Amino acid sequence: MLLPMAYLVLRALEADTATLGEIVFRARNLMLLVNTLLLTFSVLAVVTVIALPLAWLVVRSDLRHKRLLSIVSVLPLAIPGYVMAYALIGMSGYYGFANHFFGIRLPRPEGLAGATLALSLYTFPYLFLNLRSALLGLDPALEETARSLGHSRWGAFRQVVLPHLIPAIMSGWLIIGLYVLGDFGVIALMRYEVFSYAIFTQYSGAFDRIYAAWLSLMLLAVTLTFVLGEAALTRRRRHARTGTGVRRRAAPVPLGQWRPLAWLFLGFVFIASLGLPTLVLIHWMTLAASNVDFVALMGELWRAFGRTAAVAAPSALLAAVLALPVVYLVVRFPSRFSTVIERLVYLGYAIPPLTFGLAMVFFALRSAPFLYQSLALLIFACSMTFLALPVGPLRTALLQIGTRPEEVARSLGDPPFRAFRRTVLPLLRAPIVAGALLVFIVVVKELPITFLLAPAGYTTLAMTVFSRTSEGMMAEAAPFAAAIVLFSSLFVGLILRYEGQK
Amino acid sequence: MKKLITAGLTVFALSLPSWASAQDLTIYSGRGEALVGQVIKQFEQETGLKVDVRYGGTSELATLLLEEGDKSPADVFWAQDGGALGAVNAVFVELPAAVNEGVLPVFRNADNKWVSTSGRTRTLVYSKDRVKPEDLPASIKDLANEKYKGRVGFAPTNGSFQAFLTAFRVAEGDDAVREWLKGLVANDAKKYRNNGTQLEAIANGEIDFGLVNNYYLGRYLANDSKFPVAQTGFGKGDVGNLVNVAGIGVVSASDNKEGAQRFIEYLLSPAAQQYITTQGNEYPVISGVIQNPTLPPIAEVLENAPAVDINKLTDLEGTLALLREAGLL
Repeated sequence: MLLPMAYLVLRALEADTATLGEIVFRARNLMLLVNTLLLTFSVLAVVTVIALPLAWLVVRSDLRHKRLLSIVSVLPLAIPGYVMAYALIGMSGYYGFANHFFGIRLPRPEGLAGATLALSLYTFPYLFLNLRSALLGLDPALEETARSLGHSRWGAFRQVVLPHLIPAIMSGWLIIGLYVLGDFGVIALMRYEVFSYAIFTQYSGAFDRIYAAWLSLMLLAVTLTFVLGEAALTRRRRHARTGTGVRRRAAPVPLGQWRPLAWLFLGFVFIASLGLPTLVLIHWMTLAASNVDFVALMGELWRAFGRTAAVAAPSALLAAVLALPVVYLVVRFPSRFSTVIERLVYLGYAIPPLTFGLAMVFFALRSAPFLYQSLALLIFACSMTFLALPVGPLRTALLQIGTRPEEVARSLGDPPFRAFRRTVLPLLRAPIVAGALLVFIVVVKELPITFLLAPAGYTTLAMTVFSRTSEGMMAEAAPFAAAIVLFSSLFVGLILRYEGQK
Repeated sequence: MKKLITAGLTVFALSLPSWASAQDLTIYSGRGEALVGQVIKQFEQETGLKVDVRYGGTSELATLLLEEGDKSPADVFWAQDGGALGAVNAVFVELPAAVNEGVLPVFRNADNKWVSTSGRTRTLVYSKDRVKPEDLPASIKDLANEKYKGRVGFAPTNGSFQAFLTAFRVAEGDDAVREWLKGLVANDAKKYRNNGTQLEAIANGEIDFGLVNNYYLGRYLANDSKFPVAQTGFGKGDVGNLVNVAGIGVVSASDNKEGAQRFIEYLLSPAAQQYITTQGNEYPVISGVIQNPTLPPIAEVLENAPAVDINKLTDLEGTLALLREAGLL
C-alpha cells in the first residue's frame, strides 16, 4: 500500500516550482475540488435514501421473496458506470432508447444532478450490503427492550437500531465517497467537471507523470480527511451484545397498509438501477443484430469470460483473506499502529487506479521483473487496490460478535488461534463472502489497472467494452457489456444462495 | 468456502499457461481491436509470426511506455494520433529511410522515428434536421460568432482536438487561438468527452454542430443508415480541415526489431491499406488504393487542407497551457 505512495512522492519530487504553480496550484483546481466535494456529498445523501429503507425492507419486513430482493438489490453494482450514464442519457433525446421504444423524451440529465443520479444508482449496493449484514447481525432483544420501555416503533429504530448501524453506514459511505472522488467515466459523460478531470487530462493530454503525481497527492489529501473523519466518528463504540444466551432471528415486522408503498419504492429503485441499463443494452444490441456472426461472438465472449474470471476470482479471495487479519488487529487490538494500517488500506483504495497501475509497473520492473506482465502481479494489484471493500462488512461483524465467544473458548483451554477458528471464524463466513463478492464484481468492471498490468494479448470483458464504446461502436460493445452484467449477476445469485444455506 | 477456494485455484491454474508462453512480436495498440484485430490476424497468417497485442487507450499506453523505459516488453507502439507518437519519440528507434519511401509526402515523419499508417481529417458534423445549408460556417473560426451561440460541441480533453489546436497555433499564432477559445466559451459551446459523444449529442438534439475526426460518422451510419447526422469540411485552406495521422514506431527496448519492421511494412502494403481505408473510413497513406466511396477524394482533401506541416505539431505543452488559461482543462 505504501508502494504507490512512495511512487507518487518520487515522481512529485521531479517537479519544478514554476510549472507547479501553473498546473497544480491554480484557482480552477480549487473550483474543481469544490465540485468534487459537492458531488460526493450529494451521492452520499441519495445512496442513503435508497439503501437504508431497502436494507430494512429486505431484512426486517414481512415482504415475501426476500432472497430474490437481496440479489436484485446487489446487482446494480455489476453495471459499468458508463453504461449507467448512457442509460440515463438515453432517456432524453430524439435518438435515445426511451424515444425509440416508448416515444417519450425527458430532459437530458447532466451536470451535478445527472452525475449524482448515475453514480448513486450503481453504488448504493455497497451501503446496502453493509447495512444488510449489520441488520442481520443485530440482536432483536435491543429493539424489543426499547419497545417494552415505551418507545414507538420509529422511536426505537431511531434511538436504538440506527446508532448500531452507524459503523455500517460509515464504512459504506467511505467506500462510496472514495469511489466518487476517483470516478472519471460517469462525470465525463454527464459533463460535470471535477478533480479527477484534472488528473486525467494531465496523464492523457500531456503524457505527464510528474504533475499528475502532484494532483494525485492532492486528491489523497482530501481522501485522508474523509478517512480520518470516519475514524473519529466510529471510534470507541460498543456494538456487541452482552446478555447471556444466543440471539434469535428478529421477527418480521408486518407492513400492513404500507405494503403497496414499499413495493412502489422497490419497483422504482429496481427499474431505475437495473431496468434502464438493460434497456439501453438491448437498444444497442438491436442495432447490431443484423450483421453479427453469432458463433464467433459466442466464442469470443467465452474466452473473455474465462480471462475475466481468472483475474476476478483469485483477486476476490486474496483480498478477503488479507483483509481479515487487518480488521482483526484493528477491532481487537486498537492501537496507533493498527489504526495506521487500516487507514492505509483505505488510502490504497483511493489512489487513482491509473496511478496505482503505474506504481506497480515502476516497482515490478525494478524489484521483480520476472513478475512483470504476469497474471500474478495483476491479481496482486487488484486485491491490494480493493482490499478496503471487505473491511467494512468484516469490521461490522467483528464488532457485533464481541470478545465473549473467544473468551469462553480460551477459558475452556483452546489456544488463541484455535479459539478464533472454532468460535469467530464460522460467524464471519457471511461477511467474508460479502466482501469477496464486492471485490469480485468490481474487478470484473475494473479498467485502468487491467489495461496496464494484464499480460499483452489478455483482454477481459471490460477491456473489450471500453475499447469499443470509446470508438463509437456501441452495438459491437453491447454483448460484452451485457455479459459483464449477466456474469456478475450469476455470481451474486450463487453467493447469496450459499450464504443462506449455512 | 472450500468449494469456492478450489474453484478459484482451478481457474487460476488453468490460466497459468496463457502467460508462460513467449511471443514473437508484442504490439501496444492504441487503436481499437474491433478495427485492427483483423489486420493483425492476417499478418500472423501471412508471416507465421505469433503476435500478442495489448489494447488500451493511446495515452495510457504512451504513459506506460515511458514508465517501462528500456525494460518494455513492447516491440511496436501503434498510436491513434501523431501527438502521442511525438510524446514517446524518445523510446522509438530511428527507422531506415526506405520505410517511408512509399508513403505520400504529406504523411511522412521527417525524423523517420515513426511511420503514418492512415490519414484522417478534422471535420464539422451537424444535424441533418436542424441545420440549413446556408447556416454552415465557412471557417472553424466562425463558430465563435453569436449566430452559433449554444449550438456547438467540442472535446477539449481529446487528443485529436488538441492536435488541431496545435496546428491552429502554428498557422495563426497563440493570440488567435486564445481569442477563438475565449469566443467559444463565451458562446456557451458545450464540452464533451470525445468524438463519439458529440455525434450522439447531435442525434439527441443537444447540439447542432460538433468538431470531430472524419471516420466516426461512418461507424454510426454502418449500424443505422438513418442516423440524423451529416459531415462536411470548412472553406478551402481553413485550419479546421487539418489532415492528421495515426502511426506506428519501433520501441528501442524491442528484442525483435526485424519482426517489428516486418509488421510496419505489412501495414503499408496495399492489402492492409485497402482494409483500413474501406473498413476504417480513413485515408490510405500510399498511392494505388481504391478510395472509400463515402469520403471526399483525397485529392480534394489535400487541396482544402491548411498549409500546416504535421511534423511541426509537437508543442503539446503550449496547447495545454492555452486550454488551461481558457479554463477548459
